[in-house]
Amino acid sequence: MESKEKLSLLSVASSALITGGYSIYVYSNYISGQETVLNDFSFWGKAFLVLIPVSIVAHIVLHIVFAIGNKIVTNEDLETATDERDRHIELKAVRISHWVFIAGFLLAMISQAAGMPVWVMFVLFVLSGFMASTASEIAKIIYYRRGI
Amino acid sequence: MSKAPKLKSCVITNNIRKLRFHANEMTQQELADKTGVTRQTIVAIENGKYFPTLELAFRIAALFNTPLEDVFIVRFS
Repeated sequence: MESKEKLSLLSVASSALITGGYSIYVYSNYISGQETVLNDFSFWGKAFLVLIPVSIVAHIVLHIVFAIGNKIVTNEDLETATDERDRHIELKAVRISHWVFIAGFLLAMISQAAGMPVWVMFVLFVLSGFMASTASEIAKIIYYRRGI
Repeated sequence: MSKAPKLKSCVITNNIRKLRFHANEMTQQELADKTGVTRQTIVAIENGKYFPTLELAFRIAALFNTPLEDVFIVRFS
């Protein structure tokens, strides 16, 4: 398996871990027992603003841990250099992730147009962000394996 | 009057593996280093999983001191 494929798999796993872990943390500490907070815009704003730095730091830490683990197990460094093929694949994957996020955004808007509670829209935003990131990484793995 | 060939689809193959062999058994890593790409990209090109940009194709041809059409062979169907 190419280094880039390993990194994409790591991204999928870490996104699931971070988004899932953060969602459980927020639910158990701030939502459980006080459901009125779900319709508070200020709560959702803070939740999203905290998620961004938490996600960045967690991704960096997981990446470093994975690189060390990979070196110990395979005695090979992860290939981090990029060339024209990597950029081509990246562009195609980003295009797919944009489409997935736009679909999620549309669903979120439809939920509001249909009169659903505000929290449905924010949950759809989180889900579409996660799905977009996952779709992008899976697309990269497919392009690396199948070719472009 | 001869009929113009249909150019709708084509199959592109390459002789990079053979050219490497004739260039003192150059390794994929050496070729990658000399052309400024990763070894995985050379592997993908040799296996027909990636078609390089014109710039990289010319760099590979220049490295082997060979015309481009001897490195990449195109067959129209």
